[in-house]
Parts: sequence; C-alpha cells; structure tokens
Amino acid sequence: MKTIKRTFAELAQYPSAVLGLVIIAVFVVISIYAVIAIPYQKAVDLWRGGERIWYKTPKMVPPTWVNLFRAEKLPDTFSLNTLDDASTKQATPSGDGQKITITLDFDYNYDSFPQELSLYFTSTFAQKAPFVSAVWVAPDGRQTRLVDYALQSPKQTFRFSQDKKLVTRLFGKLPQEALFAVPKSDPLTPLKGKYQIQLQVTTFEKDSTVDVEFVQYGQVYGMAGTDHQRRDLSIALLWGMPVALSFGLIAALGTSLAAMVIAAFGAWYGGWIDELIQRITEVNLVLPFLPILIMIGTFYDRSIVTILTATILLSIFGGSIKGYRAIFLQVREMPYIEAARAYGAGDARIILRYLLPRIIPLLIPALVTGIPGYVFLEASLAVLGLGDPVLPTWGKIIQDAEFNGALFNGLYYWILEPAALLMITGLAFSMLGFSLDRIFNPRLRGL
Amino acid sequence: MTETLQPSPVRKPSRFGALTRIAKYTAVRLVTLLFTVVVGVYLTIMIANMGGYVDEIRRGEIGEKIQMLALTDKTIKNLPPEARAKRLADLIRLEEKRYGLDRPFVVRSFSYLADGLTLNLGRSQNMTSDSGSRQVRLILLERLPSTLILFGTSNLFLFFLSLFWGLSLSRQYGSFWDKLVIALSPLSAAPGWFYGIFLIVLFAAYWKILPFGGMVSSPPPAEPLTYFLSMLVHMILPVLAITLSSIFISTFADRTFFLIYSSEDYVEMAKAKGLEAKDIERKYILRPTLPNIITNFALLLIGLWTGAPIFETIFNWPGLGRVTFQAVGLYDTPVIVASTVLFAYLLAITVFLLDFIYALVDPRVKIGGGEGKAS
Repeated sequence: MKTIKRTFAELAQYPSAVLGLVIIAVFVVISIYAVIAIPYQKAVDLWRGGERIWYKTPKMVPPTWVNLFRAEKLPDTFSLNTLDDASTKQATPSGDGQKITITLDFDYNYDSFPQELSLYFTSTFAQKAPFVSAVWVAPDGRQTRLVDYALQSPKQTFRFSQDKKLVTRLFGKLPQEALFAVPKSDPLTPLKGKYQIQLQVTTFEKDSTVDVEFVQYGQVYGMAGTDHQRRDLSIALLWGMPVALSFGLIAALGTSLAAMVIAAFGAWYGGWIDELIQRITEVNLVLPFLPILIMIGTFYDRSIVTILTATILLSIFGGSIKGYRAIFLQVREMPYIEAARAYGAGDARIILRYLLPRIIPLLIPALVTGIPGYVFLEASLAVLGLGDPVLPTWGKIIQDAEFNGALFNGLYYWILEPAALLMITGLAFSMLGFSLDRIFNPRLRGL
Repeated sequence: MTETLQPSPVRKPSRFGALTRIAKYTAVRLVTLLFTVVVGVYLTIMIANMGGYVDEIRRGEIGEKIQMLALTDKTIKNLPPEARAKRLADLIRLEEKRYGLDRPFVVRSFSYLADGLTLNLGRSQNMTSDSGSRQVRLILLERLPSTLILFGTSNLFLFFLSLFWGLSLSRQYGSFWDKLVIALSPLSAAPGWFYGIFLIVLFAAYWKILPFGGMVSSPPPAEPLTYFLSMLVHMILPVLAITLSSIFISTFADRTFFLIYSSEDYVEMAKAKGLEAKDIERKYILRPTLPNIITNFALLLIGLWTGAPIFETIFNWPGLGRVTFQAVGLYDTPVIVASTVLFAYLLAITVFLLDFIYALVDPRVKIGGGEGKAS
C-alpha cells in the first residue's frame, strides 16, 4: 500500500505520466459506458445490420462537427416521421376511407445541397391501395409536384433523385439540388428558409393507414460520420475502445506474467527445466511471428479471442524471458533466499513469495510500455483483413477506409478518427510506462 | 547466448586447452542452433498446413475444379458415362499427385522439412512470380530487391542517425534537445504503417506532392536514370514513416546506453587521470559498447529479410512481406516454408557468428568461457 502511494506521489512529478493516466482513466470510463450503453449483441447487430438498420443515414459523410471549421455549412442529416409527431397528420373521413393531409416542416440554412432526399411510406390495406400525392413548397411559396401514385406495397420508398418524372419536371437537374435552389441561379445556390412537404393521402378502406417518413441525407452525420455501408462510425469508435484496451491489457499482462513465472521456475530449478525453457525461447525466435498470426487468422479462426491467445503464446518466450532469467539468477544467490531455505521454505514458497516479488518493479513499466504494441498489433491484423469477423474495432474501420479508397476520395475523417484514437491510446500508455520505468528502474533515475 | 558474455576467470589456460574449448563450444553451438532451426521450421510447416487439414481444403478445391472442367470441357462431356467417370477420376488423381496429396501428410511434412533445410526450395503450388515462374526461388528473389532497397535504406539511415544523435545527446545530457527526444520517445508506440497513413493523408491526398504508394510511377520509366528518380520519389514517404516511428525511441535508447557506459568507474578514473575527452570517448566509452552495437546492427540486417506485410500493404510496395501474406492466403506451403527457412538460417548464422565477433572486439569475452556457468 505504502509503495503504491509513494509511486503515485512520484508519478505526479512527471507531467507526461499524469497526462497519460488521465487519458487512460477517461478511456476506461468511456469503455465502460460503451459496453453498458450498447450491449455486445446490440453492437454486433448494429454493425452487421446493413441497409435495413442504416436506411436513415447518408453514405460516406464526415461528422457534423466539421461545420464548426467551415465557412460554408454542409447540410445535416435528419428525418421527420408522422409516427413520432401526430400533429403533422390531419384526417377527414371520405367514403369508406379517409382523406389525410400531412405537412412536414423543416428549416434549411445550409450553403450546399444534401446527398439525397427520400420519402418512406408505410401503409396497411387489404385490397385497394391508398393514393398519395406530394408537393414541395419552397420558402418563397413556389410549389413543385413531387409524385402522385398509388402505393403498391405496404413499404414503399420514393427516392427523389431516382424519379425520372421529377427530374424531367426540374429540367434535368438533380432534385436534391434544384428543389433547394434559388430560381435561375447558376451555379445553383441554396435558398435558405422554411421548407414544407405537403402530402395528400386518400385511403379507400376502413382500417387502412398511411405513415410517411421524410429523410434528408445531408453531407454530415452524427459525431463520427458514416462509412460505405451508411453505418454510424461512432458505434465502431466507441466499441473499439474496450476491445483495444482489453486486448492490449490482457496480452501484455498475460505475456509478462507468464514469462516472469516461467523464468523464475527455470532459474530456480535449473538443470533440464532451464535448458528446455532456453531452447523453446530460441525456437520461438526463429518462428515468424506475424506470418504465423496471419496463418492462424486465415486458416483457423479470426475471432479476437483466438488471435489474443496465439499472440500471448507466441510472445511468452520472447526476449523478456532472458532478461528476467538473468535477474532471477542473481537474486537466487542472495542471502535472504538462503535464510528462507534455512527456515525450511519449500520451492514453491520461495519462488512465489521471495523470487517473484523482487522483479515486480521491473515488470510494471515493461507491462505498461508493452500495451500499445499489442493494441497496434490488433489494428495491424485488422488492416490486413484479419480482424474479428463480428466485432467493430478501430483497425477494421481503417481497413474499410483503405479498401474503399478513403484517402483517394478525400474522406480523411474515416481514417483519421480511428487512427487518432489509436495514437492517443498508444501515447497514453507509453508516456505512463516511460515515467514508471524511470521511477522503478534506478539505473535510469538520474538519466 | 548471453551466458557466453560472462567475464572469463583470471587463470590463464594453455593454448591447447583453448583450442579444444573453442572446438567443443563451436560443435555444441552448431548442434543446438541446427536443432532450433529444424524445430522452428517444422512447427511452421505444421501450422501452415493446420496439421494436415489444408489437405482437405485442397481436395475440395480440386474436386470443384474438375467438376467445373467436366461441365465446360467438350472432349470430356462427349465421352460415354463410364469413360467420363474414369477420365475425371484420373484427372483428380493427377491433380492430387501434383499437390502431393497421394502421400500421407506426415510423410510429406518431413519432405517439406528436408527440402526446406537443404534449400531445395522447389516449385510453388499456386503462386507465380510476376514473370510467370512457379519457382519459389524466383518468386522470392524477384521481391527481394524491392524489400532490401526500402527497408535497407530506411533501417540503415535510422541506425546510424540514432547512433550518432544518441552519442551527441549523451554528451550534452540535460540539454533542450535531450529533453525533447525524451519527451517525444512515446511517439514510437505506433508502428511505421501507422505514420504511413498520416503521411499519405498529408503529402499524397491533401498536398498532392508525393505518390500514394507503389515503387515506381506507372508505366515504369524506360530510362534507368528516370526509373531511379521515380523510385526515389516513391521511397520518400515510406522511409519517412519508418524513421518517424522509431527515431526517437532508438535515439533515446542509444543515448541512455552511452550514458550508462560513460558513468562507469573506469571512465571516472580516466577523467581523473586527465586524459583527453576525445580519447576517453573513443577508448573508454565507445569500445565497450561495440558488442551491443554490432548485435543491434546484425539483427537489423537479418530483420530486413522478412519484409513487413502491413507496411508494404499500406504503401503498395511489392516486397517480401506481401509475398508471404499472399502465400498464406493461397495455402502455398512451399513459399511459406522457404521464407521461414531463409530467415531461420540467417538468424542462426548471425547468432553463431556474433559469439565469435564478441570475442574479437571484446577482450573480456572468451569463447565457451561461460560454459561452466553456475546454473
């Protein structure tokens, strides 16, 4: 306890260590929040949901906050649903069915045009389909007829840009631009103000209902933007955090603890045990680490648990075991070990109670400094396409972005967001680890 | 390896004793290293074949291929049913023989091992070199120059830069630059490919002054000089990425290393004697650090032979790392084994030679001197 307190007191004198600790603490809190707010199954479902879940988001757009740095504001993404706001619907009976008037109001105060506009109709009917006619009203009162048709299926989508008639009515211009444009402007400039979509719906049956959702696919979305499958990147960024932290921590902890214990046993018992450990270490040196991980990912299983286990197994007999062994060999000859032997302590007791604690001051900095390596290893494998098949991780975002030419197309946010998070994580742990090294390692203290 | 570094006992052995000691040590060392290489390579073979499971995948692939052939090839299609079945069975047997599937995997695994160890690299199963050859030797040789050029240039640059910078920082310990390098050393937590992404964003995507990747512009320039210049331009970003990712940590390590050596008692003694600073540095500080520097350098040299799959993917560099990656994807055991064997041999030879080089440069080290160690 005292040592921990003293260590913290010493750490407080290194600004980089304090910064590193704060970042790690924040990331841990965010990770816990992520796991609670989006449970595992939900995260996986969202990430693998496809267009069914992500129909309301635009394709490959940067996050909303890029507007803070832009003079020309990019249009945001939003949706208006008659199910959410019943006041938009007014119904009067007519014949067997109803006449429904739907008005959807929204403000448009942006300096460029949205990616796409869509109306999603949800209807219930038995035989006779409801009839819909929609009109677009600009702030200056101009009206444009959007569509008049009978809904053919209970779920029907009207995409503005894909409707040939509408495009013809707008003289061949893209609807999502022409509808928002100042009349006769060239190049098209958006007219700011209040827009309205008026829908007249006629139903022909008693229980027939119609609901409509208008979606404006802007050029920005959410906290993190979206990818090529319209997925909100913030989910992967959030979920990538606990994945990265736990992968790094478990791998570093597992590797160094196992290496320490094995080295202690080897040094204490000596003889063939020590010899065997040394031979395994040399064989391990010959094994190609990354290709073997790639093979395991390609042939067996890409799940993060498999990769983690393989990583730990391949790293245990690494260079650190030799360093630990050398120290244990020195410690073994110390008088206090001899004293322990004299009072009749058994082998296990000496190893666990007297040998291992001696090395912990060396172990902790090595452990903390080792974490970023494993975090980046997971990302590296993901970049090669060997990331966990279901979990969203930072590395997988980078791979998606690389694969879809994010850099060629100027979609920097897509690659820079996960990269920045990786970098911050790596920096935090290595800043802390370097300071711990200087505190615990007396050879470095003065240097 | 480290145990041989222990200082020799003071007693002076006879010349004859030294010779037998060296011979014995050399023999033991060679045997253990060979054992290491054999076990390492055999393990790789087992992993690369999933302990024989790849055979099943292969059989499935062959069956599918022959079925496709039966559907498309008119000469087979027009045969009477019995003759067709026989012809297909023959084709399958032939194809299985080509992959060596007619022999049990255990037998084959040892022939892979024997071929690998005798550097009889043979032919690949699926991969071809860019010039269309199936020779594993050619597949690897074709990519070797590009890997050596890129990683050789950057790692040598890095090695000497950090060495000299570290040395100069150790002289001006506590100065602004010293503190800066210490402060920046955590930056090395990120690997080279990671800095590569940032550099590509800046220089290729945003400022558009350097290429995104590749080794030469496309189509490759015909003239040697323009070819060379084009390659030089394509190398700027990768070299910069490798340098950025390691320069601070290696400078920091070298500087600390030199500082530890310059605080030894014999250096203080030399200073007290009033020797010239230049002499102190050369004879008392640099000389004892030589074995470590040589080790690092040797490990760097053999490290070049593996390439770096991720780095090469990011920069679209046609190197050895990507060959290995492709070979894994195609279950091409001969190529995987060949690259492992080459690396294992190089490592073993280097480790073996280093013991002797230590003895040459460091009079405190005696070959085989550590054999009578306590453990």
